[in-house]
Amino acid sequence: MEAGGAIERAQSGDSDAFRLLVEQHSRAVFRLAFRMTGNEQDAEDVVQETFLRAYRQLDKYEARASFSTWLYRIASNYSLDLIRMRKRHEDKRERGSAEERDILQTLPVNAPGPDRIVYSGQVQERVNEALNELSAQERTAFVLRHFEGMSIDEIGEALGTGTNATKHSIFRAVQKLRRSLEPVVGAAR
Amino acid sequence: MNHFGEEQLVLFYYGESAESAAIESHLGECEACRDEFRALQRVLNTVDSAPVPERAAEYGSEVWRRIEKRIAPKLDPRSRRSFRHWWIWAPAMAVLVIGAFMAGRLSYRAQPAGAPAVAAVSNQQIRERILLVAVGDHLERSQMVLAELSNAPEGKGKLDISDERQMAADLLDDNRLYRQTAAATGEKGVASVLDDLENVLMEIAHSPSEVSNQQLDDLRQQIQNRGLLFKVRVLGSQVREQESQPASQKEKDGKKL
Repeated sequence: MEAGGAIERAQSGDSDAFRLLVEQHSRAVFRLAFRMTGNEQDAEDVVQETFLRAYRQLDKYEARASFSTWLYRIASNYSLDLIRMRKRHEDKRERGSAEERDILQTLPVNAPGPDRIVYSGQVQERVNEALNELSAQERTAFVLRHFEGMSIDEIGEALGTGTNATKHSIFRAVQKLRRSLEPVVGAAR
Repeated sequence: MNHFGEEQLVLFYYGESAESAAIESHLGECEACRDEFRALQRVLNTVDSAPVPERAAEYGSEVWRRIEKRIAPKLDPRSRRSFRHWWIWAPAMAVLVIGAFMAGRLSYRAQPAGAPAVAAVSNQQIRERILLVAVGDHLERSQMVLAELSNAPEGKGKLDISDERQMAADLLDDNRLYRQTAAATGEKGVASVLDDLENVLMEIAHSPSEVSNQQLDDLRQQIQNRGLLFKVRVLGSQVREQESQPASQKEKDGKKL
């Protein structure tokens, strides 16, 4: 329950009430957005866009879901779009770099070999990398389950993917994370 | 002895297994499954170490300040009327603003040596600021149309998009003017985004009032293929950033969008 019936007041056009909701939920939405996008700037965009969308859709909000779950749904869907878009851009860039690499391979090699590449031993960095290796759908479902504590049913409903697909996204995410992180945490199977 | 697979252990870890009691008791007896579960726990607990940058207690107020200007007109019933009023006059305003903007550019360039440059620069800056506000609002409304269609739920029947269709039709004329202005003033990047936007707005404006899932998908595809929502959003924030920058700073930077 929001303080002082802020949702109802915001729905009836009270901007102070909507300000209260923004102030109350911004940090939580930022945490979720950062975990989903892995990028501070993107997370800021998600926060802003989430509240703008929430405001535009306020009349569609029904009290049967908690307001924070409803906000998470908006934030997750927008983050999903953002991650997919970033991946497409990165793919394009990678295709470009692959072409450059082909050209470079015809030239004499002066670049440092693999032995000179320094890999970070930081577990946190590995965790971030491992999360970045997940597909947008896997990452979203996993973040909502693991960090936000939403149930698989709730996630399926929020993302519109249904329970079974959500469950499988989480399983695939966990499998990928285990593959990436077990060597780091010394828990090789 | 029946062992439990990884998927069952994942559900158990998250407290969502229908066989929690059986798994718990099995883990007490079976070393292999216990090792498997511990390995899973170690990885998932490690994931928790991923740091999240902290935001201060007043972060919510900062977010509100950033979005306040963009939402206040709708929430405040008194300004809602004036917003609608403004909206009706938007195309005419756009012509006047762009006309003034172009005239300002030309007269500024033709200024003879020794003329009162300060006043001319100041008028020029005011015109540019008015144009930035108008373009910012235009991009914001365009973004709303694109976002509404991108996020529209798919259902069994047809979806009524008459509001978005009408809005797209209304935005088209303004968009054309802004695109031509951007091209004429050498803002190639802006002109290119507005060109993409114009094509999509035209598609939406010429769509039927009620669309099937397939037609909705086609529209979404057009928006996605061009990365349009993203481009419009980025351009919109650049415009807002320019808009909020002090005129003197902009003059110094000579910054282009």
